[in-house]
Amino acid sequence: MKHILILTTIAVLLLTACAKKDDPIPSNNNKATLSIQFDNIVGAKNLQLNTGTYINAAGETFTISLLQYYISNIKVKTGDGKEFVVPQDSSYFLVSEAAGASQFVKVQVPEGDYTSLSFVLGVDSLRSTMDISKRTGVLDPSTGMDGAMYWGWNSGYIFFKMEGISAAAPADPSGQHKFRYHVGGFGGYAAVTMNNIKTISIDLNAGGIPKVRQGRESNVHLMVDVLKMFNGATNISIANNPTVMFSDFSVKVANNYASMFSHDHTEN
Amino acid sequence: MSKQPWIVLAVLATGMYACSKSADVVAAFIGFRQPANFPAPVYHLDDNHITQAGFELGRKLFYEPRLSRNNTISCGDCHIQTAAFTHHGHDVSHGIDDRLGSRNAPPIMNLAWHTTFMLDGGVFDLDLQPIAPITNFVEMDETLDNVLKKLKAHPQYPALFKKAFGSEEITTARMMKALSQFMVMLVSAGSKYDKVMRKEGKTFTADEQAGYTLFQQKCSACHAEPLFTDHSFRNNGIGAGPNNDEGRYPITLNTADKYKFKVPSLRNLAYTAPYMHDGRFYTLDGVLDHYTSEVQNMPTLDPLLKQNGRLGISLTAAEKQQVLAFLNTLNDKAFITDKRFSEQAQ
Repeated sequence: MKHILILTTIAVLLLTACAKKDDPIPSNNNKATLSIQFDNIVGAKNLQLNTGTYINAAGETFTISLLQYYISNIKVKTGDGKEFVVPQDSSYFLVSEAAGASQFVKVQVPEGDYTSLSFVLGVDSLRSTMDISKRTGVLDPSTGMDGAMYWGWNSGYIFFKMEGISAAAPADPSGQHKFRYHVGGFGGYAAVTMNNIKTISIDLNAGGIPKVRQGRESNVHLMVDVLKMFNGATNISIANNPTVMFSDFSVKVANNYASMFSHDHTEN
Repeated sequence: MSKQPWIVLAVLATGMYACSKSADVVAAFIGFRQPANFPAPVYHLDDNHITQAGFELGRKLFYEPRLSRNNTISCGDCHIQTAAFTHHGHDVSHGIDDRLGSRNAPPIMNLAWHTTFMLDGGVFDLDLQPIAPITNFVEMDETLDNVLKKLKAHPQYPALFKKAFGSEEITTARMMKALSQFMVMLVSAGSKYDKVMRKEGKTFTADEQAGYTLFQQKCSACHAEPLFTDHSFRNNGIGAGPNNDEGRYPITLNTADKYKFKVPSLRNLAYTAPYMHDGRFYTLDGVLDHYTSEVQNMPTLDPLLKQNGRLGISLTAAEKQQVLAFLNTLNDKAFITDKRFSEQAQ
């Protein structure tokens, strides 16, 4: 009896899997939801705000109190090379570790099987210089309180913001041993300045191709390893650089964090 | 024959209609006007049509202390009309909780012709400019989000936003557009110089004319007419101050920009002392003495100030007096007393 149950279960599972596999790729223009999950981790550990402790390559122990970054300009491509660009007005997202829902970026794309995904970490220069009436939602400079993602003194968005506590950081005027990494820079408007806009391209073949169909929601589960912001081409030391904002050094931080995204799996 | 009375009546009616119309126009709001001796403005007026309701809302916001964290500091506190919208008498300004800034409050005038804002040019659109003082720790120390909340809860603002923008919705963009409408309207083009240039019945005295000639030879390469700035960033050799303010460098991270500041306009100098980015000179005599004999050589010193193996600008004592006489023709009393630009009774 037990065997029959197990066999039946296996058969059902196989059939379901087969049914999914054989699901024909629709050739219509019906749109459906594609979800992209930004699961923030620190090396081998899940990121836990304030409570989790981590160590970087410089040997410094730290906790993270705030993590926010912009994801924008999302594009997907099918195996046969058909690219779909999510309309720009619906393609700006602010991922915040403190806000669970923000970690699922949902876009409407045509039904299809997508083998690659790309997005911008940050805000493109065009939108960064657009009339203020075009900066709504997460791009409204009033967004966020302590987590404000806009520089008023040097017009532009903060693309990536991570703050935390580490004994390695010198005491700031308030007595806290805090590190602050606020990275932005879209290339400048009136004069050419640094450009920290990063375009991230991810191949989805190995981790599982999202089969976007109406009536269900494919979820591309990305791991975002913020330890890579510290450990990379330049190993960032909190003691040496506790505060990185609009400076040449921020280019090194941005080059590091550009590699923090990896595709773990896809839930179809 | 019988037609004539009708014609007379028609002419009369047309005449009366025209009169009543022109009377209306005079009483009505006069929007933005480009002075005849000015170039076309660069502010994007097409994205922000100036209306009476928008201008008046902007004016109210400009004088609104709720823009600051504890409702004590308004834009008008450091940008005082009688001082051509500077903080007259203050080298640097004191903002919220009497915290001191590190730079001299620049005048707010003729901003419609500016391509960048702030002494370091860090802001490239007038609509984004107010965010800087509102969120600055030593100025207003407030968040935009909280300002919007306060305005939404205010008994007057929702109706004023409706009047200006068609609905009671209060957004960042609408608040900024209204502030821009007010600031763009702050046009100073009523000085004696302007009247001479526009041939409105004024003429320079002999000293003023001599000063004007000297100005054109020795100053106008940076302080270009008619705005008296070419909007560029330059190091004028005053040397780093005690706080080593590097000017435009932190904005561009280009070492060639170290110690460069935006060339200020020379309009309304009588009302805007002290001078320079940190207000270090209290008189125009001091400023001219700097240019003739105190310019310091630095790697980024403007090339115009080290020509022919000499630092600075050569001017005799008599020539300085003539230059001062000319500069005095750039003061615009009508601008600093124009009631449209003043804080209105509640």
